[in-house]
Amino acid sequence: MDARLGLRNTKSVLFKAVIIFFAFVITLPLIIVLLYIIKQGVMQVNWHFLTHIPAPEGETGGGIANALVGSVIIVAMSSIVAIPVGMLAGIYLSENPGTRLAYWSGLCVDILQGVPSIVVGIVVYFWIVKPIGFSAVSGSIALAIMMLPIVIRSTEQTLLLLPPSLKEAALSLGVPYHRVILKVIVPCGFAGILSGIILSIARIIGETAPLLFTALGSSLFSTNILKPMESLPHLIFTYATSPYDDQHDLAWGASFILLMFVLLLNIFTKLITRKWNIQL
Amino acid sequence: MKVVKSLTLALVAIVASCLTQSASAQDNTLLGAGSSFVYPLFSKIFAEYGKTHDVKVNYQSIGSGGGILQLTNKTVDFGGSDAPLNADQAKKIGVPVLHIPMASGAVVITYNIPGVTTALNLTGKDLADIYLGKITSWNSAEIAATNKGIKLPDLPIVVVHRSEGSGTSYIFTDFLTKVNPDWASKVGKAGAVNWPAGLGGKGSEGVAGLVKNTPGAIGYVELIYALENKMVFANIQNKSGKFITPSLATTTQASNVDLPANAEVSLTNTDNPKGYPISSFTWALIYKEQKYNDRTAARAKMVLDLLWYNIHDGQKNCEPLNYAPLSKSAVKVAENILKSATYGGKAIL
Amino acid sequence: MLFNAFSFLLSAFSPYTPRHMTVKNKRLDLSYSQMKWETIFKRILITMSIIILIIVVGILITLIVQSMPSIKTLGIGYLWGKVWDPVNNIYGAWPFLIGTLLTSFTALIISIPFSYAIAIYLGEYNPKGWLSNLLKNTIELIAAVPSIIYGFWALYVLVPIVRNFEMKIHVAPYGVGIFSASLVLAVMIIPYAASLGTSLIRMVPSPLKEGAYALGATRFEVIRSVILPYTRSGLFAGILLSLGRALGETMAVTVLIGNTSTIAPKFLDLFFGPGNTMASVIANEFAEADHTLYLSALIELGLALFFVTVIINLIGKRIITRYSK
Repeated sequence: MDARLGLRNTKSVLFKAVIIFFAFVITLPLIIVLLYIIKQGVMQVNWHFLTHIPAPEGETGGGIANALVGSVIIVAMSSIVAIPVGMLAGIYLSENPGTRLAYWSGLCVDILQGVPSIVVGIVVYFWIVKPIGFSAVSGSIALAIMMLPIVIRSTEQTLLLLPPSLKEAALSLGVPYHRVILKVIVPCGFAGILSGIILSIARIIGETAPLLFTALGSSLFSTNILKPMESLPHLIFTYATSPYDDQHDLAWGASFILLMFVLLLNIFTKLITRKWNIQL
Repeated sequence: MKVVKSLTLALVAIVASCLTQSASAQDNTLLGAGSSFVYPLFSKIFAEYGKTHDVKVNYQSIGSGGGILQLTNKTVDFGGSDAPLNADQAKKIGVPVLHIPMASGAVVITYNIPGVTTALNLTGKDLADIYLGKITSWNSAEIAATNKGIKLPDLPIVVVHRSEGSGTSYIFTDFLTKVNPDWASKVGKAGAVNWPAGLGGKGSEGVAGLVKNTPGAIGYVELIYALENKMVFANIQNKSGKFITPSLATTTQASNVDLPANAEVSLTNTDNPKGYPISSFTWALIYKEQKYNDRTAARAKMVLDLLWYNIHDGQKNCEPLNYAPLSKSAVKVAENILKSATYGGKAIL
Repeated sequence: MLFNAFSFLLSAFSPYTPRHMTVKNKRLDLSYSQMKWETIFKRILITMSIIILIIVVGILITLIVQSMPSIKTLGIGYLWGKVWDPVNNIYGAWPFLIGTLLTSFTALIISIPFSYAIAIYLGEYNPKGWLSNLLKNTIELIAAVPSIIYGFWALYVLVPIVRNFEMKIHVAPYGVGIFSASLVLAVMIIPYAASLGTSLIRMVPSPLKEGAYALGATRFEVIRSVILPYTRSGLFAGILLSLGRALGETMAVTVLIGNTSTIAPKFLDLFFGPGNTMASVIANEFAEADHTLYLSALIELGLALFFVTVIINLIGKRIITRYSK
């Protein structure tokens, strides 16, 4: 009897050890990737790197100014499209949970969340690139579509968590419906919505596939949104497979910057969720 | 809320500045796409051109097939291609397209055999057999026969080709088709073929990168890429039976032919005994009639001026980058082709 | 509407409102305009939700219309055609189906022990405290790193290691290929199953667990006979979501897979050799597909990918909603 209990206990301890091993061993790849990118990238980053465009093939020097500015512009434009649409759709979903439209829209949000990014890229190619040509705008639209489901879901979920008494109190004071939503409900759920938005930005800033056939890429410094534009992930993709060591260095530097963006955005979200104590 | 307001303001400011930029008529960027074969040359020439002219050129190396497709879709101002349009492509475009020769270059066979730093001698037939997957090891009898004195290891050959449609692949398969009947019947020549063996690298960069990183690999890239990467490359046997080292001089020899008026000519497997057999012209492609969509006459002129510069002043950039410049007669042919371009039926230049 | 009428009444009869009907009632005007605003606001909300519908239906229609030429010409046989040869206009999706399934399922099999371990650890052994927070944040970061960065890193760090390994087991030392892509994919998809699993395991009612403990079960036995059976379908849903990610992942795979559209006859060569997935072949060849059939064959791949990932995601989501009710 004692022996059996001992065996069972040993088994239990062993199992725990195995679980802990597997759970923590997976942090290794992440740490290795982070350290490697930092090691390779941090050397590249200096003022010249941030303010110059890539040198012609085979020449040394140059920077990633075009990609940096391009990424900011493209992401800013997708935010401008996706945030209002996403928030309003999210408000609708949380306010009218039972309606048929809400059911189908909700289903579509789930579908959008699962659509592979490359598919979004080819669809936007037909929608926008064919009629008006490769442009930053088309890239932004593609990224906005990727952003929408996250913004919608975070808005919806945050608003559903708010106590209904809040809305009822405001309405009973005679505040019109749209003002209740915009001045009471949304500000109350603000932190949750904001962190959803930041998360969605963190997610799309590193997307490459939807940009391949839309924003195309550019070797020039361009702020014209109707022209092709370079972006950080696209620059990494093109230069990662290049034979020139100088271009690898540019790509490592760009990876470092991109990674820092993503990490900062994530930490920012963490701070917001902790300060307002919300669950996402 | 303050954070949001300032963020919104910043966003709006960025977009507004971009919009005004786009709205202001100073549209002086040209977009080209296509051949990665010519990419190093183009990026150099266009950088030079941008210094002296108020025109910027964005050339994306997406492969010749992509260049032709994007020209067909009218999403670019000019395409770059290492292969003339084939019948299908010409039919799909439907209107005349001008092929303006820009330079000629060589496709070299590069390899990564640990311990071998000298140039191998390869015949066209063996090369095709390697790419057909018939010769699979570096110490096979066929390769040894043309490389007496070089000790080749017992290492499997890792065949590397371009993963996407490309003019480089066209030039390479064009050559293999001419020298190996088996290849001609099984695979044929095209920008993208059904490769019987090996793995694909995206772009010349991808192939060069794979070869550089894979022991036992063989691949084909432009001369410039091989030189840039200090990779070894093989001497290839030409029609006269000589093993020719790819270089500027041997490419120039191969490109020294009488151009037909439309400049569409294949240089592979040249008759010239001093010529390197895997050479080709590379072309810029534009529509003959430049008035399409809502293009302005000024924009059409801008494209033609750029290409005019390419075949004259731009040619001085060829040699440092190991492209063979156009011969005098070729420049004349190219000039005539450019002059035949029209805007609304009227000649532009 | 009820609220509207109510607020309208309120403002109409509030003590500050002058009651003389001859005097123009400003408050009344305001509430009319506000009612107008309310209707507009509600319409905007509805429009935005309809936009989402339109986007999804639009994506579907675009994909179907654009892949019509290939559906008509190639028929259903396209899916198991073994040759992809754009030059001779022969298209078969089989190499990509195989490539996609092989990479995704290999990645999934590698990832399952890890995601289960994380879920059990964070859900049962150590649900609170700085260590579990640290682990949780780290897992979230794994999902946050852009896929192109994984691809770039793996190309220069992982591929040489895989190449050495391949030399030792005597297969062609390509380095890049299905195996390398699967390894990276495995890391990338772990967070999806792990975070869902964690929250599900935390939801297991404690009376169940306590009952088992009271009967003298060890921790391991509780996990094996109470927690895992209770959360089985939920954990399965998590794996489905991971699978959905793996199937559609593009950039890291495109960089690492080797881009070959032929299938090696021997499994070992196939597994360690280069291949292509549906997503990677689209990324590689879409920009240059220069005839109609070629292009639409690629889009049909996109359509298939769309259907598969959508169905997998919806099943996963369905299980989760049923679970959390």
